[in-house]
Order: sequence, then C-alpha cells, then structure tokens
Amino acid sequence: MYKYDGIDTQIIQERVTQFRKQTQRYFDGTLAADDYLPLRLQNGLYVQRHAPMLRVAIPYGMINSQQVRKLADVSRKYDKGYAHFTTRQNVQFNWPEIGDVPDILADLSEVEMHAVQTSGNCIRNTTTDQFAGVINNEIVDPRPYCEIIRQWSTFHPEFAYLPRKFKIAVNACPDEDRAAILVHDIGLEILKNDAGELGFKVFVGGGLGRTPIIGSEIRSFLPEQDLLTYLEAILRVYNRHGRRDNKYKARIKILVKANTPEKFASMVEDEWQHLKNSDTKLTAEEIARVKGFFLEPAYDELTNNPASYIQAKEGSTAFSNWIKRNTHAHKKDGYRIVTLTLKKTGIPPGDVTDKQLEIIADLADQYSFGELRVTHDQNLVLSDVRQDQLFEVWEKARSAGFATPNLGMLSDIICCPGGDFCALANAKSIPIADAIQSKFDDLDYLYDLGEIDLNISGCMNACGHHHVGNIGILGVDKRGQEFYQVSLGGDSGKQASVGKILGPSFAQESMPEVIEKILDVFVANRTDEELFIDTFKRIGMAPFKERVYAKAD
Amino acid sequence: MQKLIKNGLIQTSEEDVLDKAFDGSLPSNSALVPLSYFLVHTDAVLAQSNLGVWIDSDETPEDLAPYADKLTLIAINFPKFADGRGYSFARILRERFGFTGELRAIGDVLHDQLFYLKRCGFDAFAIREDKDATAALEGLGDFSENYQADVLQTSPLFRRRKSLA
Repeated sequence: MYKYDGIDTQIIQERVTQFRKQTQRYFDGTLAADDYLPLRLQNGLYVQRHAPMLRVAIPYGMINSQQVRKLADVSRKYDKGYAHFTTRQNVQFNWPEIGDVPDILADLSEVEMHAVQTSGNCIRNTTTDQFAGVINNEIVDPRPYCEIIRQWSTFHPEFAYLPRKFKIAVNACPDEDRAAILVHDIGLEILKNDAGELGFKVFVGGGLGRTPIIGSEIRSFLPEQDLLTYLEAILRVYNRHGRRDNKYKARIKILVKANTPEKFASMVEDEWQHLKNSDTKLTAEEIARVKGFFLEPAYDELTNNPASYIQAKEGSTAFSNWIKRNTHAHKKDGYRIVTLTLKKTGIPPGDVTDKQLEIIADLADQYSFGELRVTHDQNLVLSDVRQDQLFEVWEKARSAGFATPNLGMLSDIICCPGGDFCALANAKSIPIADAIQSKFDDLDYLYDLGEIDLNISGCMNACGHHHVGNIGILGVDKRGQEFYQVSLGGDSGKQASVGKILGPSFAQESMPEVIEKILDVFVANRTDEELFIDTFKRIGMAPFKERVYAKAD
Repeated sequence: MQKLIKNGLIQTSEEDVLDKAFDGSLPSNSALVPLSYFLVHTDAVLAQSNLGVWIDSDETPEDLAPYADKLTLIAINFPKFADGRGYSFARILRERFGFTGELRAIGDVLHDQLFYLKRCGFDAFAIREDKDATAALEGLGDFSENYQADVLQTSPLFRRRKSLA
C-alpha cells in the first residue's frame, strides 16, 4: 500500500487547517452558505435529509487495519457507531455535526485518510479492480497507476471547478472488468503493445445517471509515461467545452456525444500536442518509485489444497458453499482471496458497526497482512488468506455476520442509501433490498439461479448503478407516491450494456412478487448453465413483459 | 472602490471594466475593454498604455494569441466562482502564448479560490466588492507544496520529491 512521506502528510494537514478555517468563517457568517457549499462538497460534506453526511476517501479501495480501527473510532466519537461503505469504494458517516468535521478530518489524517474530492464538481476517487495485484490474469498491478492519478488529481489547480463531477477507473484484466471502466467519465484499460510496452486504451464519456452511455474508445494505445499529460488534455477540453448551463447535460458523456467520439478525440489530440512533452510527462523513476509501494507481501511458500482445507470442505457443506461463492483463486499457491459480504438480510447493504469494523481489522491483521479492499458492490476483501486458515476465517466471519455465502447472487444487492438518508432520493431503496433479500433467502434456490446483479437506486442519479444491474430497480416519484421502475439486461462488465425498461412502474409492496415472476421466466427458459443475463440477451424482453404484466386469472 | 490584491499587497483597482457590449469611443481613463471591442479596435487600444482587455468565460483566449507580447494587462472574468473555465484560459495565456503582463481575475473572485488562481498564472485579484480583501490575502498561502506542475512551479512534485526529502 502507498505510504505517505513528509510532503504527503504536510499537504493533508494543511487541508485540515484550510477546511477548519473555512468552517469557522461559515459559522461566523463571513463565508456565505452558497459559497461554502462547493468547498464543503470538495471535502465530502453533504447536508442530507436528517443530518450532514461525510464521505471519506478510500483511494482505489485500499485500506489497512489501522485505518479501519480509526473509522470505528470516529463512528463512536462523532457518529452513531456505524459506517457505510459506498459503491465508489469509499466510506460514509451519516450523522456527524458540521462543527465536528474539522476534528474528524484531523483524526483521519493521523492514519493517512482524508475526504479530499469525495464530492463536488472535481476529479473523484479513482477506482480499480478489488482483486488487483493478487490474480493471475492481469497484465500488471493497476494500483500504482491509480496512486499516480490520485496524486495528480489531488488539488489540481485547473480542474477544481469542472462542469460536473469526474470519475476515472482503471482495469488491467484482458478478459474481465470488475472496475466497470466503460461506465466512467474516463476508463483506462492497461495493456501491452506488440513491442511489449505498457500503456492504456482510453475510453471516455461512459456514465450512468439520467443518460446512461457506454464509453467510447478515443485512443487504442497510450504509452504509460504519457498518462498524466493525456488526462490533462482530456480534462482541459472538458473544462473549457463541457456544458455549464444545465447540470443534467454537464457530464463529459454529453460533450463526447454532441461532438462525436472522433471529433472529441481530435480535440484532445490537438490539446495534447501542447502538453505531451511538458514536465508532467511521467518518468520511469516515478513509476518505479510508486510501484515499490505495491510489492508482494511476504507470502509463505505453500502448495494448493492442503489436507486440512480439503477435509474441512468435505466436512461442512456450509463451508464449502462459502468457499465456492465468497472466495476466489489467488495467483499464489496455497492462498485464496476472501470476500466478506456486508449484505446480511435486515441490514442496509454496506453498513457496518464499530464493533464489526474492529473485527474486520483483526481479521486483516491475523490472516491477510493487515490490508483490505473495499469493492464497488459494497463488500470487503481479504486478499491474501492462506488456504489452511480459511476455515478459521470462515468461522469468525460467520459469527460476525460477514459470511452470508451470497456473493454475486441475487441477494448480494447493490443499493444506494435512498430516501431513508439521502435528500436527492425520490424513493426509499433499503426497504426494497430488505424485502427482496427476505423473500429470496433460500440459498439452494439462489445457487440454482446463479449469478445475477440486482441493483437499486432511489433516484435518477443512479448511485445504486441500476442501469447496469441485470435486474435494475429505480425509485420514481408518481404524484407524491413512491413507485419502482424495473429494467432488465444491464451489464457492467466487458460486454457492458444499459438495461431496458420493462414497463410501467410498481408499488413498493409488489416488488418481491415482480422479481419472482422475472425469475420464473428465466428458470423456464434457460438452457443448462446459462446465466440470467445470457438468457435475457437470447430471449429478449417480451416473455418477461408478458408474464409480469399478465392479468390475474 | 474595488480592492485589488496584486503582488501580495492590497491596492485599489484603477481600471473601469467596460460592459461586454461596449461599442463607444475609446476611453481616455484607465479601463479594461471587452474582447470584442479589442478585436475591432486593436491598434488603438494597444497604443494606449492605460488600457487592458478582459475576456469572459464563454469567449476564446486563442483570440488574444497574436497580441500576447503586446498587451500589458489581461483580465479574465469569473461570472460565478464555480465556473472554472478561466483557470484553463489563464494557463493557456501564460504557458502557450507566453503572456508575461498582469493577469487579473475579475468577477466572482473570493478568498477560497485565490490559491488555485495563483497557481494557474493570475497575479492580480479583484476581490468581490462586498468581501474583505485583507482577510482574503490569507487564501494565497493555503498550501506550501503541490503535486502538479503549474505556472509558478513548472516541475511536478514527482520530479522534485527526492531533493525535498
């Protein structure tokens, strides 16, 4: 993991001081509420339905046990004893006082954490694959590039007041994309050219929200040293030409679409000619320096499938189900990647208590070199667990509530905070997730269904990524009543696609039944081993529509 | 009078900012003329040392490229401080066109934007009239080190980190 030096520390401490003074000026009236707003947003501070909400950055999802303990501490000291992991690999506190936020930021800075640019019309947290660095099929570990982008985008003087928020994601797997790069403002795919040199395929203009669009490729190979100058060119074109008259048309995707990707690419190319040979061009030394923070931990030399592990799997169906669903192959023999699911029925997806945070930190220290990753589907990953210790980890995770073996299943729902917490929401989202999880709690049935992404957003801003859910649910307001629109066929992976709307929306209480009918159609039509998304792509919308909207007999 | 932070000191702005649609006769007092006026009356404006040009956020700094070495004062307007186009304009004027005269931020110019404005090449700041310019001065020193290259520090931190450690 990246470790701050004296300069990084000083920058973050100066930010705390700056924000403390801004907040003081807001309280004494010399900084108007409207002028304070973009400043507090760029520090992750929203004013929500019930209370302010503070979003803390977890750069590309990497967090260590000391930081997790600090989050537990902060949740006790300033909040209601819990925290919420988000779909942007960040963490939120739902109940802080505005006046306490400078102190919270000071506490967080002690463990190299901050809330820099976690909101506002600026460059947000860069995200990547939660399995970065521990899987076999990646070209190279993407995290050093994410850290290079993090430093470049932190307090960038030219891009603090963009037309709208700006999100960058990086993927390094040729045949999978857990970072959903095609639905980001910039998606970077790491690859090697024919000469074996590293670089990036660059996509722009993907995004969800009101106008879901899949990103367009504007450059097939960008050499790694040109990363920052090229990003700077894209951002400058967007800063100058992105729409500022209508916030719903202000994302870069609208600019790319209006100009066509080809035209946009040539605008970037023209701008880049002025920047590509500037001192911002990366050096081999800097890339090597940052890569030095992401070296392999001190793995033991082990073999796969030790006897105790095999015996434990044979002795317990529950354990072997969990292994199958919630763990993933590791590049190193004798290890596996463990996902701790934060999706227990009855708990809002992504929520964890202070006690649970401490258990998570202990698990990381004891079994996974003290590090964790936060996933965009609101779970946590222990990336380096020895196979002969998996049974112990499972027992501990299970008693703490993190081992519901539903990873990737229907009940592993991505869900925004919704109308229970968020001022923007049209409708509640958490009770819908809860009702669906309660109805579909039979694990055998869930396993039989196979992998299905079910994503719920409480409004068009799409924080729950409903457009790319195989089944997407969107809360809408109809004459003051909360209704839910269902879409099918969304996909966030390599074959990214935006879901299509099934038809008229439904009342809250009928949602579990609607989902059941959709699943019935899938089960009746699928071929062996076919996943929901594949069946949908094959048979189309009509059979689903017919069944769901059929008149009762 | 409009307060102006310039060279780290508080002064009073001498120049009238003429309306964007201004099309009258050339003023004799110190003034900032709009870009459209300048492009029509270029030689006359350049001949008068007490005149500068201002451009708005929906205009094009490239229009000033041929005159970057002749102008002594360019102002960039921020209709709202959250309209960030002027930051890019400033860098282009300084870094691409080599403008070395006074680059002034006008409009919705506030304490909390000064630091980034300075890094993008502004050296004069016409603080919004209802605000305390003395208090705003502090904003110029919010951070002592930055990750990126900018107009004042052309070398990004990654090229200097070793020598600073």
